[in-house]
Amino acid sequence: MAAMTLPGLALGGFALFVAALLLVGAAAVARPRFAALGALPLCAAGALLALAYLIGGAHPAAIAVPIGPPGVAMTLAIDGLSGFFLLLLLLAGAAASATALDDHQGEYAATAPFFPVFLGAMALTLLAADAFALVIGFELMSLASFALVLTHHRDEAVRTAALLYIGMAAIGAACLIPALALIAQAAPDLRFATLRAHPPEGWRAVAVLALVLVGAGSKAGLAPLHVWLPPAHSAAPGHVSALMSGAMTKVALYVLIRVLFDLCGPAQPMWWGLPLVLLGAAGAVLGGLRANMEGDIKAVLACSTVENIGLIAIGLGLALAARAVDLGQLAALAMAGALLHAMAHGMFKPLLFLCAGATQHGAGTRRLDRLGGLIHRMPVTTACVLVGGACLAGLPPSSGFAGEWTLFQAVLGAPRIGGIFLQTVISVTALLMALAVALAAAATVRLIGVAFLGRPRSPRAAAAVEAGLPARAGMIGLAAVSGLIGLFPGAVLALAGPAQHLLVGAAMEGRAGGLVIAPQADAPGYAAPAIAALLGLCGVLVAMAVRRYALANGAAGHRRGPAWDGGFGAAPAWLPFGDPLTQYGGASFAQPLRRSLGTTLLAARESVFMPEPGDTRPARLEVALHDPADTHLFQPAARARDALSGLADRMQFLTIRRTLSLMFIALVLFLAVVAAMEQM
Amino acid sequence: MEPRITYGAFAYDVAHLLGGGVLALSFVLLYQRRVTAVINTYAMQAVVLAMAAAWQGLVQGAPHLYVTALIALAAKGIAIPLALHRIVRRLDIHRSVETALGIFPSMALGVALVALSILVVLPTTMESQALTREDLALALSVVLLGLLMMITRRTALTQVVGFMSLENGLILAAVGVAGMPLVVELSVAVLVMIAFIVFGVFFFRIRERFDSLDVSHLDRVGGAHR
Repeated sequence: MAAMTLPGLALGGFALFVAALLLVGAAAVARPRFAALGALPLCAAGALLALAYLIGGAHPAAIAVPIGPPGVAMTLAIDGLSGFFLLLLLLAGAAASATALDDHQGEYAATAPFFPVFLGAMALTLLAADAFALVIGFELMSLASFALVLTHHRDEAVRTAALLYIGMAAIGAACLIPALALIAQAAPDLRFATLRAHPPEGWRAVAVLALVLVGAGSKAGLAPLHVWLPPAHSAAPGHVSALMSGAMTKVALYVLIRVLFDLCGPAQPMWWGLPLVLLGAAGAVLGGLRANMEGDIKAVLACSTVENIGLIAIGLGLALAARAVDLGQLAALAMAGALLHAMAHGMFKPLLFLCAGATQHGAGTRRLDRLGGLIHRMPVTTACVLVGGACLAGLPPSSGFAGEWTLFQAVLGAPRIGGIFLQTVISVTALLMALAVALAAAATVRLIGVAFLGRPRSPRAAAAVEAGLPARAGMIGLAAVSGLIGLFPGAVLALAGPAQHLLVGAAMEGRAGGLVIAPQADAPGYAAPAIAALLGLCGVLVAMAVRRYALANGAAGHRRGPAWDGGFGAAPAWLPFGDPLTQYGGASFAQPLRRSLGTTLLAARESVFMPEPGDTRPARLEVALHDPADTHLFQPAARARDALSGLADRMQFLTIRRTLSLMFIALVLFLAVVAAMEQM
Repeated sequence: MEPRITYGAFAYDVAHLLGGGVLALSFVLLYQRRVTAVINTYAMQAVVLAMAAAWQGLVQGAPHLYVTALIALAAKGIAIPLALHRIVRRLDIHRSVETALGIFPSMALGVALVALSILVVLPTTMESQALTREDLALALSVVLLGLLMMITRRTALTQVVGFMSLENGLILAAVGVAGMPLVVELSVAVLVMIAFIVFGVFFFRIRERFDSLDVSHLDRVGGAHR
């Protein structure tokens, strides 16, 4: 009996959770501190509920809520897929709320009410079981996050970023709503249960695919619609960008999965997976490369989000293609990789963004070339960054490695799906994935090496202070969850099992145990705990060997020597931390990649400004980068828009005869069309 | 209603001839350069229209069409052309020559428009009587030619003539369809009268201001330039 009522109980609990979050938002209008204080216990309890629901078997349940357009009830439902993403959202939400408890003397007060609303809207999107509720949740999420991005609205750059963000959200809405309308065209009502029974066919299905890729993909950061991520994530406060990057992009992916896998039905052609694979591969490489070039730590993390979303999109595309040709095992593997990496990224990226927020507050800046040496002043933050960085770089036994390994196994098995054309595409995709992961590792080394190791590059960085207790609690919590996911990816895949059965009809049975995950049931696999133990043993052995060697050479304990100064001599007395210019900076670390890959992919240009002799200005190296999505998509679109509005503007100033001629031509054209249609 | 007029019958031929006459006069209007000739052609078109309406009244046995014919003859065949001539003399432009479209382009455009209206009307009205269909095609051609005249002419006066010729096309369509009540034709006629009065006042105002009826002068003062 208890097993029967658990799904209903969980769904009722989540519905109350959404309502409670909206109430907390209302209460936070009067007392801003209520926002984080209310959201934290709600998210923690919700995460436990989601975990219990998934462990309890994730049986679907649905309720009708009498809210919505007249005469139509809003339907909420929970199943394995929404439960999995709810768990992700609420874990990240709990950590972000904990960090937001420390609001730095009312820094977040102006937009505090939107924080619980943002969380509630994301949960509503995940719980929605009709098109209307889905759109309401999705757009409320966009609006609330837009307000949160505007928290530091006095800054011009923040306002520009927020404008770009809301513009992309509007484009997304203008595509998502028609997509859902196209699906609902043949169905009598908007409930998902009805839509599933009437999947779109022919050109409508193709239009749905394109519109959903733009509508949900723009929010998820799928290339080439990723341009808003770096500025918007940099502009938002740390706990907000943690949620936007970790949870909101996953909610958008959830919408993508829900529509393409669930609502459009399994009878779609094999090539449906190709756009996701190609866009994902492009985004992975582009994001990974840009992550090496950005000078702002949050922009680095945002670009790496683009890279990770690309990797997940590759997995989703392969699952879609494999399902279409009835390769259930392969589809399950690809889906497992996508869901596992989504969960891993949903934990380690908020962790890194919380660390970036702590760095901004503790060291006063997010600029790589003004940070450095934070490991001494912010040890807890740096430890958390190291955990997150290991995941970001895909080092075993981190959660990022587990996800990327599973995705790679799926890609390596994918050539079975189709003919030579698809095999070529998949080989290239595998290459690009490997490149992207390597680029992400380089970006991580640069991020940690420049910002947290070395010597401080500014007095403010030298005087950095450790994050407060709430922020440390949030970071440590996420680091612990990331570590657990890395050590026990099989457990996460077990939680994702119901979702996989729902989407591709098969899960990782016999392939994902507590200790080992494997691409085939009887093949060797990846045993994370064993790898961790082996690596730990190696580390201990190396440490012991070094110690023995040092002792054998007569050195007692350890001693500090002068830091290597890039070949320069000792720094003058007025630079107690050494000359910051003599150590590697963010731009110099990126130079090899910028020159080799950046010139072709990002149109990177360097120019040296050398003042005349006698001029007191310093010499400068200027670097200009252009994202190809910006140069080849958005700028032409903006020019076309300006040209069109110019033309439309000219229509207002036509002479009488021209106005009459316009009407005459329109009439003649109309008659010609009528005549042509009659001839057919 | 059984068809009273069939293809090849005398009644049909005369109706067709008169409708064709209205259309032919529309073509003539297109390339007339002298203002007085334009007005005279318009008057002739109105007279032919009145004859077409009267003939329709005869063959359909609908006495109200005689009223339509009378209005067309009295108002558009006599009163309006006389008033236009008077305006032309008062404005002293009766000798002026106006560059319209050349003969060949206007003919070519006109023929294309007639072909278009036949292509549109004949298939859509498959179920109607043959006369109604052909009449509608002719009427639509007259309307389109009137519009073409409005946009190819430069002065306000000839544009108004184009407008009224367009309205002749509407009346032609109305009388061709059996059972069209008189009130429709009456209201269209009243509309044209009002429009004519408004335009008449308008002509003098334009003239007072610019010493010309060329509407391109209006563009300069109408806020039409940035």
